[in-house]
Amino acid sequence: MAETENKKIKIGWFTFSCCEDNTIVMTEVMNDHWQEWKKIFDFRHARVLKANNILDELDIAFVEGAIASEDHVNKLKEIREKSKKLVAIGACAIVGMPAGQRNYFSEEQKKEIEFLTARFAALPKVLRVSDVVKVDAEVPGCPMDPNKFLEAVNKLVSEFKS
Amino acid sequence: MHTFDLNLDRLSKVEGSASLDVCVKDNKVLSVHFKITEYKRFFTEAMKGKPILALPQLLARICGTCSNAHLLCSIEACENALNIPLSEQTRELRNLTMHGLMIRDHALHLYIFSMPDIYGKDAFLDFDENNPEEHQILHDAFEIKAAGNFLATLVAGRSVHAVHPTVGGFLHFPDQAGIEEAVKKLEAVRPAALRLIEIYKKAPFHFDRKTNFMALVPKKYDYLHGVIIDSKGNQIPEEQFRDHLEKMVLSYSQASAYKHEGEPYMVGALARMNLAKDRLHPKTKETLGLTLDIFPSTDIFHNNLAQAIEILDSINDSIDILSNKKFEPEPVTKPVYKEAIGIGVIEAPRGTLYHKVRVGADGMVKEGEIIVPTGQNQINIEEDIHRLVEELVPNMEKEKIAFEIEKLIRAYDPCMSCASHFLKVNWKKS
Repeated sequence: MAETENKKIKIGWFTFSCCEDNTIVMTEVMNDHWQEWKKIFDFRHARVLKANNILDELDIAFVEGAIASEDHVNKLKEIREKSKKLVAIGACAIVGMPAGQRNYFSEEQKKEIEFLTARFAALPKVLRVSDVVKVDAEVPGCPMDPNKFLEAVNKLVSEFKS
Repeated sequence: MHTFDLNLDRLSKVEGSASLDVCVKDNKVLSVHFKITEYKRFFTEAMKGKPILALPQLLARICGTCSNAHLLCSIEACENALNIPLSEQTRELRNLTMHGLMIRDHALHLYIFSMPDIYGKDAFLDFDENNPEEHQILHDAFEIKAAGNFLATLVAGRSVHAVHPTVGGFLHFPDQAGIEEAVKKLEAVRPAALRLIEIYKKAPFHFDRKTNFMALVPKKYDYLHGVIIDSKGNQIPEEQFRDHLEKMVLSYSQASAYKHEGEPYMVGALARMNLAKDRLHPKTKETLGLTLDIFPSTDIFHNNLAQAIEILDSINDSIDILSNKKFEPEPVTKPVYKEAIGIGVIEAPRGTLYHKVRVGADGMVKEGEIIVPTGQNQINIEEDIHRLVEELVPNMEKEKIAFEIEKLIRAYDPCMSCASHFLKVNWKKS
C-alpha cells in the first residue's frame, strides 16, 4: 500500500488572492476524472479538499491567485522550492488581474485605500506569480478553460510517468 | 480547569481563507474571533467609473463558487436602476441559472466539504470505492455536481462567471437537444438527491440555538424574487434594506458583520426552509412528506439537510421549466441612461445577497455597496463557537474541540471570498 502511495504523483493546489474560480472549475473537471485522479494523484496539500495538508515534496504545484502580501511571497517561494513543477492557473496568477485592480487605481482612489493596504501589510503593488518565482506552465482564463487545464495536466502526467 | 489559546490557522474544506482564535481561561471562553483572512480586492472601489453594462461581469469575480449569484444580483440592481422590465422567458432562464448553481454549489459543500466529517474521513476522495455504501456516495456526488454543472452551462454558458446572462436579457438560448439532455441528467440524479437527504436527515451532529432567520421569501420557491421576511414576522422593503442591517466592524477580520434590530440573525438554506418550505415544488413536497415537518428548525446542522432538500427542489423545478417552456431567441433590452439608484436582492446559495448601484446620466457607475451572506452570519457563528467550546471544554481535549468547531463552521457553509474584498478591514496576524 505504502509503495503504491509513493508512486502516485504528489499534487498541491494553492490559492492566493483571487475568487477561487479555478478551484471550482477543478472540482467540476473532477466530476469526469475523479476515478482516474484517485488512482494516480496523491493530493498532499489542497485545503479545499482535505484537512491534513502536508507541504514536503510535491511533483506538481498548481497556484491560483495573485500575490498580495509578504506572507504570500514567502509561501509561494516555499512552494516553489518544494515542487518539481509549478503551474500558474487562471488570470489572477498569470496576469495579476482582476485581483490586482488596485494597481491601476487613480491617485485619488489609491489615497482612499492607503490606510487599508498599510494596515494589512499588503504589498504596494499586487504581483503576478511569475514576478516572484519561476513558472513551468500556465493555464489561462477567468476562470481557467477546463480543456486547457486537462491538456496541461496530461502533459505533466506523461512527463512524470516516463 | 482548562486554560488555553486555540488558534486554527487556516480552516480547511470551506470556501476561501479564514482562521479562528479562541481564548479559554478556567473553562470560561474569554473571546472567539472568527477571522476572514482573504486579502481585499477593492471591488466597491474598482466599480466606480465603470460602464454600468460591464458591472455584472466585474462583480461576478468577487467569488468563484457564488459567481453566478453575484452576476444575477448585480444584473438585477442595474436593471432596477435603468428601469428595464423583465420578460417571462428571461425570468425562467435566470431561475434555471440559479437552480444549476444551487445543485452544484450545495453538492460541493455537502459532499466534498461536509461528508468526510460524517464518515470520519479526512477527504472526500478517501472514500473507498470497494465499500458499497461509500462507492454509492462517491458516484452520487460527482453525478449530481455534473448535472448542475451541465444545466448551468446549457443555460448560462458557464457554471462559473457565466457569459449568457446580461443586463436586459440573455445573449444565447438553450437548444432542444441540450434541454433534453439536461432533463435526462436531472431525472437520473433524483434518486441520488433523495439518498443525500436521507444521509443528512440521519446525520449525528446537532447544535440547537435560537436565532432570528431572514430570507427573501418567494411565491414559488426560487432564489430571485419575493419579499425579505424574518422569523419574527417583520417585512423589510428592498429599498430600505440598508436601514435594517446594522454594520459591525470587527477589528480582527477582513470583513464586516451585520446585526438586525440589534441582534444577530442567520441567512441561508436553513432560513429559507424555515420561512418558505410551503412554497417548495409540489413534487418535492409529495416526495418528502413528513421530512419537511423537521422545519422550522433551530438546529444549525439542519442547514445541511435544507441544502440537500434544495438540491432536490432545484432538480424538480428545473425539469418542470425545461419540459414545459419553449425558449426562443429574444433581443436584449437596450438601456436608456439616467441618474438613478438600483437595488438587487437575491438568495445566493449561502443566503441573502444585496447589491446596490448608483449610476450617472452617462451610464457610468458612481458608487455601490454589496452585502454578502457570510457577513450576516458572522456574529451567529462566533456566538455558537463560544457556547460550543464552553460546553465541551470540561471534558474534551483541545484538538478534539478544534474538530468540533470546524464541523459547526462548515454547517454554516461560510464563503470567505465573498466576505472580504469590499468592506472595512483590519488584518492582524495571529
